[in-house]
Amino acid sequence: MAAHLSYGRVNLNVLREAVRRELREFLDKCAGSKAIVWDEYLTGPFGLIAQYSLLKEHEVEKMFTLKGSRLPAADVKNIIFFVRPRLELMDIIAENVLSEDRRGPTRDFHILFVPRRSLLCEQRLKDLGVLGSFIHREEYSLDLIPFDGDLLSMESECAFKECYLEGDQTSLYHAAKGLMTLQALYGTIPQIFGKGECARQVANMMIRMKREFTGSQNSIFPVFDNLLLLDRNVDLLTPLATQLTYEGLIDEIYGIQNSYVKLPPEKFAPKKQGDGGKDLPTEAKKLQLNSAEELYAEIRDKNFNAVGSVLSKKAKVISAAFEERHNAKTVGEIKQFVSQLPHMQAARGSLANHTSIAELIKDVTTSEDFFDKLTVEQEFMSGIDTDKVNNYIEDCIAQKHSLIKVLRLVCLQSVCNSGLKQKVLDYYKREILQTYGYEHILTLHNLEKAGLLKPQTGGRNNYPTIRKTLRLWMDDVNEQNPTDISYVYSGYAPLSVRLAQLLSRPGWRSIEEVLRILPGPHFEERQPLPTGLQKKRQPGENRVTLVFFLGGVTFAEIAALRFLSQLEDGGCSEET
Amino acid sequence: MNRTKGDEEEYWNSSKFKAFTFDDEDDELSQLKESKRAVNSLRDFVDDDDDDDLERVSWTGEPVGSISWSIKETAGNSGSTHEGREQLKSRNSFSSYAQLPKPTSAYSLSSFFRGRTRPGSFQSLSDALSDTPAKSYAPELGRPKGEYRDYSNDWSPSDTVRRLRKGKVLIFLKRTLSKEILFRELEVRQIALRHLIHFLKEIGDQKMLLDLFRFLDRTEELALSHYREHLNIQDPDKRKEFLKTCIGLPFSAEDSAHIQDHYTLLERQIIIEANDRHLESAGQTEIFRKHPRKASILNMPLVTTLFYSCFYHYTEAEGTFSSPVNLKKTFKIPDKQYVLTALAARAKLRAWNDVDALFTTKNWLGYTKKRAPIGFHRVVEILHKNNAPVQILQEYVNLVEDVDTKLNLATKFKCHDVVIDSCRDLKDRQQLLAYRSKVDKGSAEEEKIDALLSSSQIRWKN
Repeated sequence: MAAHLSYGRVNLNVLREAVRRELREFLDKCAGSKAIVWDEYLTGPFGLIAQYSLLKEHEVEKMFTLKGSRLPAADVKNIIFFVRPRLELMDIIAENVLSEDRRGPTRDFHILFVPRRSLLCEQRLKDLGVLGSFIHREEYSLDLIPFDGDLLSMESECAFKECYLEGDQTSLYHAAKGLMTLQALYGTIPQIFGKGECARQVANMMIRMKREFTGSQNSIFPVFDNLLLLDRNVDLLTPLATQLTYEGLIDEIYGIQNSYVKLPPEKFAPKKQGDGGKDLPTEAKKLQLNSAEELYAEIRDKNFNAVGSVLSKKAKVISAAFEERHNAKTVGEIKQFVSQLPHMQAARGSLANHTSIAELIKDVTTSEDFFDKLTVEQEFMSGIDTDKVNNYIEDCIAQKHSLIKVLRLVCLQSVCNSGLKQKVLDYYKREILQTYGYEHILTLHNLEKAGLLKPQTGGRNNYPTIRKTLRLWMDDVNEQNPTDISYVYSGYAPLSVRLAQLLSRPGWRSIEEVLRILPGPHFEERQPLPTGLQKKRQPGENRVTLVFFLGGVTFAEIAALRFLSQLEDGGCSEET
Repeated sequence: MNRTKGDEEEYWNSSKFKAFTFDDEDDELSQLKESKRAVNSLRDFVDDDDDDDLERVSWTGEPVGSISWSIKETAGNSGSTHEGREQLKSRNSFSSYAQLPKPTSAYSLSSFFRGRTRPGSFQSLSDALSDTPAKSYAPELGRPKGEYRDYSNDWSPSDTVRRLRKGKVLIFLKRTLSKEILFRELEVRQIALRHLIHFLKEIGDQKMLLDLFRFLDRTEELALSHYREHLNIQDPDKRKEFLKTCIGLPFSAEDSAHIQDHYTLLERQIIIEANDRHLESAGQTEIFRKHPRKASILNMPLVTTLFYSCFYHYTEAEGTFSSPVNLKKTFKIPDKQYVLTALAARAKLRAWNDVDALFTTKNWLGYTKKRAPIGFHRVVEILHKNNAPVQILQEYVNLVEDVDTKLNLATKFKCHDVVIDSCRDLKDRQQLLAYRSKVDKGSAEEEKIDALLSSSQIRWKN
C-alpha cells in the first residue's frame, strides 16, 4: 500500500512515516494493554496511514466505534478515545466513562484529539464531570494525509461550508499547520502564489508561523519550487459541472471516500461454477482506488469515452499472455511462465473489476437523461441561453429529480451568467420550494451566502470575458488523445487548473484583468532561503509546484493537473 | 524494501531511544540492551511493509488488517471470525520471525551502528537531524504545545484569535460581561464576533444568538435563524404555532410570502390529515379502502400535497380545504404545475376520463379542443409511466404537433397505427418497410403495412 506513495516526484512516504511515528509515540505513552474507541469518521483517514497490525504491536487489543451508553467489555488497562473535537462526541465519551466507573476494575482513560485539542471540548468534559478521568489528553495533527504518489488530502469535507457559510476558519488554520509540517519535512517552499481571500489568510498564517519558529532554521533542501494556494470560491463553476473522467464519474455516481468506493455487489459476484447464483452478496463491494493498481493508474484520468478501448486492448494482452503457456515447451520456459502467473492473475482481477465498473458507469452515461443534462451543462458553460428559465431544469423539478441535481444545474447557470436575473431566480426559487418543501428557504439562502446562487447585480455578465480570456471552452476537444486540459469535461477547461497553467507559463501578469474580476486578492510571497539551499537551476530542469485547493477539488481537476504535469513540468496537487 | 539509509537514520535519530548515544561505546552492556530494543522495534518497519505488500482484501474490500476492518473484527467477540484470526496468527508468527536480524535485510545492525553522517551523502535529512534531533526535524511534532500558546497577544491577528476561538477568553468574557458590553466590544472586532456566533451555534445557545443578531441589526439573519428552529419541533400543532410567529419577521419580500405559504400549508395539512385519518379508519370511503394511504400528509411539500388532494379529493367543491382547485387558488399554483400533478394523480388511478377532461377546452362557440399547457409529448411520457393502455397513449401521441417527436414517441411506445399513419403521411416508404419487421407476424398492423406498400395511390418519396 505504501509503495505507490513513492512513485511521484516527491516521495510522500517520508510524510507517512512521520505521522506513523507520532502515532506510535502516543500509543507508547499509555503503557499496558489498550482498547481504542473510534470516532467512526476517523477510521477512514487513519486507515490510510496505519494498519491494525501497527496498533497491535503497541498493545492495542480491542477497537470499538464510539457509541452511547456503555463500552463493550474489554479486559484492557487503557481505554483511548480517538475523536474529532466535537461537542456532541464529548457527551458520548462522558456517558461511556460514567457508566464504566460503576463496575469492575478501574482503568486508565485517554483522549487523542484529531487534529487539534479544543478548549471548548475540554470545558464540556469538565462540565460533565469527567475531565479528571483522563490521564493523557493530547492532539494528533493529522492534517495532510498522503493519498497517492502526487496527492495529499486533508479529508475535511466541510471546509468550504465552514469557511464561507459559517465564517469558521479553523480549517484554514489546519491547512496552514499542515503546510508547515510539509515544509519541515520537504524544505521551505521559496515561492508562494495565491488567489482568493482564504488563500491570502493561509499565506499570512504561514508567514506568521514561520516567524514564530525563527529559532530553528530549516536546513532541508527544498523539494517544492512553488506553492499555489487556490480558493475554491475563485472557481465555483468547475465542481458544479459533471466530471467526465473515469475516476470523476465513479465519484459522481458512487462517491469516493478516503480513496474507497462502494459499488453495487451484483456485478462482482464470484463466478464459481455450480454456484447456481445462490448466496449472492448483499453487502456493497468496497474497492480501494489508487495508482498502486497499474491498470487504474492508466485509466483513472482518461475521459470516459477513451476508457473502453484501453480496457479491451488490455483484455487482449492478458489473454495473449495466458495463451503463452501453450508455447512453453522447455522446463525453463514453463518455470518462467509460472513465475509471471501471480502478476498476470492480479492484472486479470483488476481488469475484471474495472470492466464491471465501466459497465455500471456506461449504463448511466448512455441514458437519455444523462445526455440531456450534459447538453444543458455544456450550453451554459459555452454561454448559451444562460439568462432565461431553462426548460430542462423546469422538467427536472416537475419530475422531482433529486434536489442536488436541480440545484447544481441552477447554480451552474447562475455562475455562468454572473448571477441570474431577479425574475429567473425568483421563478426557480418558487418552483423548488413548492416541489421540495418550504424549509429549503434555508438551503437556498445558504447557496446565496456561498455565492453559488445570486441575483445579477449591475446587470453585467462577466463570464464571457473570463471564458474567452482563459479559453475555458474549447470546441475541438480530443477525448482519446487529449492536447488540452479541457478533455476532462469534454470541452470545458477547469478554471482553477487554467489558472495554474497560466501561472507557470507565461505568468499571471498576462491575465491581470481577469484576475481582478475573479473574487479575492491575488498575491505572491517569497520565503528567502539561505544561500546554501538555493537551487541552481539546470536548463531544462522542471519545477515542482504544489497546488493547494482550499475548499476541495474534483477528481477531474486532479486529472487535468496530472495531464499538465506530463505536458510540461512537475506538479503535485492536493485538496482540503 | 526500498527504504534508504536516510530513512534509517531518520528513524534512529528521532526514535524514542534518546537516552542512547554513540559516545559511550565502551559500555558494552548498554549497547547490547539498546541494540536488542532497536532490533525489536524494527518489527515496526519490517512487519508493516510486508503487510503492505501482501495486502489481503476481505470481501467488502477492506484490506484485512485495516483499521475499519479490525474494528468489526475485534468488537465482535463471537467465534465467527476464523479467517481474521488465522490471518492475525500468521502475521504474529511472521513478526516474531522478523525479530531476528536478517543478514540480507537492509536493516542489519551494522548499518545502524555506522557513524552518524557521511559527508556528501544524504545531507538533507540526516544532517539536519544530527544536532537537535526531534526539534528541528519536525518542529510542529516535537514542540511542547505550551510554547505555542500566547494569549496575551493582541486581538486582531487572526490566528491568535483563532487560538482563542473555542478558547477561554470568549467563554470567560461571555460569562463575566453583561451582554450589552460584550456585544458592543465585539461589534468592532469582526473576527472575534464570527467566532462567538459560531460558538453560540455550537453550544446551541439560541437565545443569546438571537439577542446578538438583534443587537447587530442583522435582521434577516435573525429571521432565518429563528425560522430554522421549526425543524426541531416535531408536534405538528406546535410547529404550526411556531411558524405563525415567523410570519411577521423581517424576511425579504419574496421569502415573506413563502413563509406565509409554509404556515398556511401546514395549517391545511393538519385539517386534511385529521379528516382523512378519520375517513380511512371508518372504512366507509371507497378510495381509502382501495388505496390505503402510505404516509401522513403532514410536512409534505406543496406539490406532494396537491398530488394527494388530486388523488383522494379530486371531485370536491372549491369550497373545501382539501380540494385541488382550492389549493391551486390559495397558493397560486401555475397552470403547468397543476396540470402535471393532476395528470399524474389521475393517471395513477387510471381515471382516463378525468385525464381527457383535463385537456379539453371549449371555446365560446361550443367547439371542443384539446390543449395541453405542458405539451402533449410530456402528457404521453407521464401516461406511459403510469402504464396507460395503448389506445389511450395513441390518442395523445396523435396530438403531438411536431412530426418527428410524434414518430419517435410512437415508435418508443409501440403505437403502431400512429407510426404507420405518420410514415404514410410523410410518404416515407423506407421507414415503413423497416418498421414492418417490428410488428408481429400476421397481425393486423402487418396487413395494414402491406396494404399501404402495395397501394398505387401513394407517391412515395423514396
